[in-house]
Amino acid sequence: MNAAVPLSPQPLSAAERALLVAVQRGLPLLPRPYRAVGENLGLAEMEVIRMLQELLARGVIRRIGAIPNHYALGYTANGMSVWDVDDEQVDRLGQAVGALPFVTHCYRRPRHLPDWRYNLFAMAHGKSRAEVTAHVAAISALLGPACQAHDVLYSTRILKKTGVRLTG
Amino acid sequence: MDESDKMLINTLQGGFPLTERPFLEVAQRLGLDEQTVIARIEKLLADGVLSRFGPLIQVERLGGAFCLAAMAVPQADFERVAAIVNDFPAVAHNYARDHRLNMWFVLAAETPQDIDATLRAIEARAGIPVLTFPKEREYFVELKLSA
Repeated sequence: MNAAVPLSPQPLSAAERALLVAVQRGLPLLPRPYRAVGENLGLAEMEVIRMLQELLARGVIRRIGAIPNHYALGYTANGMSVWDVDDEQVDRLGQAVGALPFVTHCYRRPRHLPDWRYNLFAMAHGKSRAEVTAHVAAISALLGPACQAHDVLYSTRILKKTGVRLTG
Repeated sequence: MDESDKMLINTLQGGFPLTERPFLEVAQRLGLDEQTVIARIEKLLADGVLSRFGPLIQVERLGGAFCLAAMAVPQADFERVAAIVNDFPAVAHNYARDHRLNMWFVLAAETPQDIDATLRAIEARAGIPVLTFPKEREYFVELKLSA
């Protein structure tokens, strides 16, 4: 997904907020989950389904489904690669890095000189550090002389992974 | 995790059906029965293979923001600071990384003011400065990993 973030905010109705707060930790694992959610909120099953469709269509919900723990899927090497890329070229090159099949997230972010010189962040997941190292070499080759320095920050532990929490 | 679990995880990362019997629909697609699908999802959640089963919310569409932030935490203080950071509901993820900046977390809030207030509160409680890395451009985001 090449997400151009739309600028216009989409305010939630009170009913939509209550619905999102009710489901954000997880859907009920029951044969009719939307009916169960509706019973708690005083909404009909079809109304819950219609509101969720609408929130998906507006992009407030990106998708509904399983959020895996990538360590448990065997992606034990998670390298956040960071690159100091020429400001004139970073947008063109960022698009190219983001298009590499193994890059799951790619962003331009601010530098914090002198402590932090990197302005391009590309997350590469692999089943071993050797795999991530090969990915990083491919990114390095793509960036060429436009990149002055890079580093790879491997994750050693997930401290928290709850996702977004709206307040009721 | 067996082959059916992998199939199920890959299928469930796509759109979960918005129909009266969504688990039944997924089950029929995979040649399983409805109760088996529900029981397997319960087990995958209990085992931590899935961290969540539900909607992925894009706070930016609500006028809010995500912000990546990092801290250099002394090893001896690491667990205390992790507990402080994780205590804030606006902290969506937090990872330990092998770098001088060894704690990296993502804030998600419905207003930019909430992000700023949370960052200031974390700094005050942890007693450690926080560097922020708000995204300036998003080139690519993939929300799925194959099992």
